[in-house]
Amino acid sequence: MTLLKVEALDCRYGLLQAVRGVSFEVAAGETVAVIGANGAGKTTLLRAVAGAHRPHGGRVVFDGVDITTLPAHRRVALGIALVPEGRRLFPSLTVEENLRVAASPRRHGRWNMETVLEVFPLLRARRHTAAAKLSGGEQQAVAIGRALMSNPQLLLLDEVSLGLAPVVVEAVYRALAGILNEGATVLLVEQDLTRALGVAGRVVCMLEGRVVLEGPARALDRDRVVSAYFGLRRPA
Amino acid sequence: MTLLNAALQGIFLGAFYAVLACGLSIMFGVMRIINLAHGDIAVFGAYVMFVIVEHTGVSAFIAFAAALPVMVVLGYVLQLTVLERSLKSGILTPLLATFGLSIVIQNLLQLAFSPDVRSLGGSAGAVTTGSWQVTSGLSVSALGLVVLVVAVLVFGALQLFLSRTRMGWMMRATAEDADAAELVGIDSRGVYAWATAFAVAIAALGGLFLAIRSVFDPVSGPTQLIFAFEAVVIGGMGSLWGTLVGGIALGVAQTLGAQIHPQFAVMAGHLLFLVVLIARYGGGRDFLPRARRLLLARAGR
Repeated sequence: MTLLKVEALDCRYGLLQAVRGVSFEVAAGETVAVIGANGAGKTTLLRAVAGAHRPHGGRVVFDGVDITTLPAHRRVALGIALVPEGRRLFPSLTVEENLRVAASPRRHGRWNMETVLEVFPLLRARRHTAAAKLSGGEQQAVAIGRALMSNPQLLLLDEVSLGLAPVVVEAVYRALAGILNEGATVLLVEQDLTRALGVAGRVVCMLEGRVVLEGPARALDRDRVVSAYFGLRRPA
Repeated sequence: MTLLNAALQGIFLGAFYAVLACGLSIMFGVMRIINLAHGDIAVFGAYVMFVIVEHTGVSAFIAFAAALPVMVVLGYVLQLTVLERSLKSGILTPLLATFGLSIVIQNLLQLAFSPDVRSLGGSAGAVTTGSWQVTSGLSVSALGLVVLVVAVLVFGALQLFLSRTRMGWMMRATAEDADAAELVGIDSRGVYAWATAFAVAIAALGGLFLAIRSVFDPVSGPTQLIFAFEAVVIGGMGSLWGTLVGGIALGVAQTLGAQIHPQFAVMAGHLLFLVVLIARYGGGRDFLPRARRLLLARAGR
């Protein structure tokens, strides 16, 4: 069953066109990785799906409903949550406040304060610490936990490994693996190719705002992905 | 003893300024809007209460309770109709929009109520005149005490609201990062509208105190705005408890200034504001060296 359908999406920042006619689908329970070089349009694509960027053209359909013009907070109520690039926590709010402010009163499910702390036990001791005082890894854990608090049907992850030490990235992905194994639907942006191919069932590769390669992670050989990634030779 | 008494009266006066400044601080803290119509909104609230008192003969405090829902709705609608649009077009537009609003309110009040001076002092009961003589030189007025207690209660309630309730977290989250707040399901438009509604409601409380402790007319707003603004800046922009402290500091400066000369009262407050402004924002550290360099350059020529 298709959960998310993106059709001919165009996104612009003034004259700059960041996403050009992108179409793809994500089925329920699937993990899809969007890969590509810096400036390929990955983050803009994710923000358009989350509702943080109003697209210039095209459609975003979620669970059979056209949500293209819906503001971001209404999409959260429908079951879309984005872990934004750079984490974007509320610095003066404590860990607990950051998590609880994101709990959607209308969406119930597996995730609440207690279950989030089970997945990220390192946060338990930091519950009453202001988010501004956390380490990068702790902040990323809060950002993911905050997105989970709304019990999303579709989780969008934007560069969760950015700016973190390798050990911390490992820990974050270990926690994510648990979430993915439970059958969550995830659309993630990741610059680390190996990591993306390892965690995702399907890969969408973007170059200069277009999808240049798409397929099951296992069926794609690394050379093809690398050449698509950098645009060395365009696959026919 | 007279100095001590002056300082005490300054605290009472300052509590009034703090109430006026509270809404200004909320709107700046949450939306980064400097509301130049804030004083006029307080005066508008005073007129709403005045009309209620005139028609029903109830006490000014009951009139305030009746005016409160009107002011909350007014603030909510004001945000959604005028301020939200202006916020979209940069930081200068809200400033111009609220400046225009200030002029509109003043002229509407002139039209409806004439430029006559009014007061609600007569309909506030014994509070306006009651006082306790502590010692020969020290007296505590009932009204001053009421204003101080209410001010502390308002700031305390606001503090509790912001730190303990979900709506309070939503407001702080939106203030810090409206874009990220939307992404966790917070309706930032609604939060902004509520913030303005609170600010306007508390402005009406300032209007009530203004109307009881002295007089008002359709153009009283800007003077109140200046004192409120100074209180916010002295206390540190957007800081809640700072605003209360700033208001009291301003009030004390004014009453102590009045001890030097009655005409020096307002000036003393302005001077305190100026000193804080230079020390905090004007680069107080390099102000003196720069002045010396300027003087030296001039002497050398």
